Amino acid sequence: MSDTVTISARNVVKAFGQGAGQVRALDDVSVNIRQGEFFTLLGPSGCGKTTLLRLIAGFEMPTGGTILLDGADITTQPPNKRPVNTVFQSYALFPHLTVAQNIAFGLEMLGKPASEVKARTAAMLALVKLEAMAGRKTSQLSGGQQQRVALARALAPQPKVLLLDEPLSALDLKLRKEMQIELKRLQLETGITFIFVTHDQEEALTMSDRIAVMSAGKIQQVGSAKEIYIHPKNRFVASFIGETNFLHGKAEAGALRLGTGERVEVPGLAAGGEATVSVRPEQVRLVLPSDGLKATVGALVYFGTDTHCHLHLADGTEVVARLQSPATGEAGLAQGQAVGLRFAEGAVQRVED
Amino acid sequence: MSPAEENAIKTSARNGWLLSLPALVMLAFAATGPLLIVVWYSFLTANDTGNVIHQFSTEGWVGILFTYDIFEDGWVLADAHLTIFWRSVWLSLVTTALTFAIGFPTAWFIATRPAKERALWLFLITIPFWTNLLIRTFAINEVIRNEGLLNTLLIWAGVIEVPLQINYTETAVLIGMTYVYLPLMVLPLYATIERFDMRLLEASYDLYASRWRTLRRVILPIVKPGIIAGSILVFVPSLGAYVTPRILGGGKNMMIGNFIELQFLQGKNWPLGAALSVTLLIIVTAALLVYVKVANRDRGAGHG
Amino acid sequence: MAERGFQISRLPGFATVAIGAFVLLYLPILTLVVYSFNASNSVAVWGGFSLHWYADAWANEDVKAATVRSLVIGVSAAFLSTILATLAALGTTRRRAFKGQTLIYVVINQPLMVPEIVTAVALMIFFGIIKVATGYQGLGYLIAAHTAFCLPFAYLPIRARLESMDLALETAAADLYASPWQTFRRVTLPLLAPGIMAGAMLAFVISLDDVVITEFVKSGGQDTLPTYMLGQLRRSFTPEVNAISTMLLAVTVVLLTAFFLLTRKKD
Repeated sequence: MSDTVTISARNVVKAFGQGAGQVRALDDVSVNIRQGEFFTLLGPSGCGKTTLLRLIAGFEMPTGGTILLDGADITTQPPNKRPVNTVFQSYALFPHLTVAQNIAFGLEMLGKPASEVKARTAAMLALVKLEAMAGRKTSQLSGGQQQRVALARALAPQPKVLLLDEPLSALDLKLRKEMQIELKRLQLETGITFIFVTHDQEEALTMSDRIAVMSAGKIQQVGSAKEIYIHPKNRFVASFIGETNFLHGKAEAGALRLGTGERVEVPGLAAGGEATVSVRPEQVRLVLPSDGLKATVGALVYFGTDTHCHLHLADGTEVVARLQSPATGEAGLAQGQAVGLRFAEGAVQRVED
Repeated sequence: MSPAEENAIKTSARNGWLLSLPALVMLAFAATGPLLIVVWYSFLTANDTGNVIHQFSTEGWVGILFTYDIFEDGWVLADAHLTIFWRSVWLSLVTTALTFAIGFPTAWFIATRPAKERALWLFLITIPFWTNLLIRTFAINEVIRNEGLLNTLLIWAGVIEVPLQINYTETAVLIGMTYVYLPLMVLPLYATIERFDMRLLEASYDLYASRWRTLRRVILPIVKPGIIAGSILVFVPSLGAYVTPRILGGGKNMMIGNFIELQFLQGKNWPLGAALSVTLLIIVTAALLVYVKVANRDRGAGHG
Repeated sequence: MAERGFQISRLPGFATVAIGAFVLLYLPILTLVVYSFNASNSVAVWGGFSLHWYADAWANEDVKAATVRSLVIGVSAAFLSTILATLAALGTTRRRAFKGQTLIYVVINQPLMVPEIVTAVALMIFFGIIKVATGYQGLGYLIAAHTAFCLPFAYLPIRARLESMDLALETAAADLYASPWQTFRRVTLPLLAPGIMAGAMLAFVISLDDVVITEFVKSGGQDTLPTYMLGQLRRSFTPEVNAISTMLLAVTVVLLTAFFLLTRKKD
């Protein structure tokens, strides 16, 4: 991975429909994607992640803004002129062609000599371990195998960027886990920039070099998995990636004054106005009532490895603590019991609303 | 919208038109365009030797309902024409009713077969549907004519001694039209019943409805769009029928289609024939518009 | 296996009526087919199996000429209407709705809505004028008329096929460096082929079946098989007509079976 920018989207806007019914699928999106990185666009459905991918592929034209590939403006270039290939959500394998013919398609369209087409196709079949299936029709393959053909087909022309539109969503959980590892391996072996679209936060966290969290047509935050999980920029990012507790109150110097009158230390917080902080459930510790924020135990939900303890502060604010389940399975807490709450060091993160 | 987007939309619309253009030209030349000439001809003067004299006249239109009486020297109501119109409408309505009475149970039967069998039963309905109308009319003729299958069997069985005269009666036309248009009723009914949620029947029986009330209160209201579609599909071609009444009805039991032909061939009254054609076209279009309206309303109500 | 107890979807008497309907649909056709193999001259008496009437029809120069004419018109009309319908289907599906699209649908489907007798009369008048003006009396008029009324029949299966085709396939082709023409040639056309074949077959069957429009448009000596049969009926009814009907019926059944196999959805 280098710092060279491969794809750069600048102030991209994409609107669908007109007049009052107009919807902005992308609202002034700017992002730089570096050469050789595994970059993920993560967000709920309708956030604009697929639209951004389709604009990069050239399937749609932006309403405003530009898209650069290696510094050259490709905004209005048709898809067949862009050195970018896509793995489609539905795979879009040509049903009238065999596995090998599907993989060779792009190379043939580029006018590569027959010998090269043959050699590359064979190499790609080997890469995705489908040598035995070369002559099969794609309808005779399993979902996982079709997925591999789609990958091989898109990688065969050696694109500068590979776009993957929720490619794993049609697979069952076990196969999905296998393919996640497979994808990561292919990316490392080929060194091609991958832009991966998903709504699955776990998938994004485990596979990506960097993640762009999107919502309502905007990029909310770009960063590595750790950066985004530990330092979420706003409420949306904090709640979309993992689970979290929000505490709201008056901002004082270095602390937050809750509605109960108690103080929570927030290093670096400046006095004035209101503020919200996020604390992950696994960073909540239960102590004696006198040693922390006063709370009452509410519902206890057993999850096997851990137990979620729903707690209520004096003003009614709910805080969830994730406690490792003891060997007996009994957390040793009773509903209505008074406890104290403390947060692990560095766990309290200020977030924008 | 960016210029590139606008361009893409314009190009797409232009290509849509360009690709459709050859078909549209062909249809304008050999289907839609000539209809306008018929409208024009309906306002010209008849030429007794055939064709028309290019002189404006409304006699073609007046002639639909009235006929010139040379003895009274005035226009009188044309009873013969009214009889033909009435027969056309009446026979078409009865044909529609009969095809429904036979077609609904048939469509229901097909739709409630196991999925694997269904395609076969449906195929059995579509073969007659695509078979030459003339051949099917010949076929029914083979059954009902005096020396045909029906009479031969009845005489052999001793039920009758003299063959029943069915051919060349209105009954023959009715039997023939019911026979040839039955698939047109079954197919749309089947399409609607196939989508009918059979669990609604369980709900209906669960709520104490009898079979008869289930049919009337649950099934028929829900499959109504199919009933309307089938009725229109049968009524429209029945009204314009030509081959079936010509072969089975003989000269006496003419319908509008045969009456139109008569004006152009023996009758030598082209403007009247043209006016009758336009009238038939208007009735058929009205029926289709009613269908489109009802179909849209029912779709809006959540069916279909 | 006997079914016992209350059958939810069974309605009393419906199965009986349905079976009756199938018998009624096929009995006349079977009668016609059986009579066509009847050796007896009198259609009321079964004189044993014979191909006599087929031989007669085959030896009849008028029947031969009408057969050739029917085939020439049918093949020409099927060919032309399928090409025009394919283009129109490509123009009217899978693109952003554009102004006038509904008008195009209405015009293309218009032959399905106008009573045949009305179209027949209209074409007789219009082509009559052209015949007088140009002096040309050939089969061109019949081919044009057939092409027009076959168009919606060719259009519907092609359009259905296009609409059920995954748009992503063509997007994928473009993504893999295929130009718009290459995409059409290498992806769209091969996938559309069954729809085009089905459309052509339906158009051919429809052309072969037409009697009313042909009867009004044809010039002297331009009988097709159906108009020849209609003419025979005016004179005397012979089993020869049954023989011709049976042969036409066989062609229709073969083509329809092929059509169903082509358009059948794969599980």
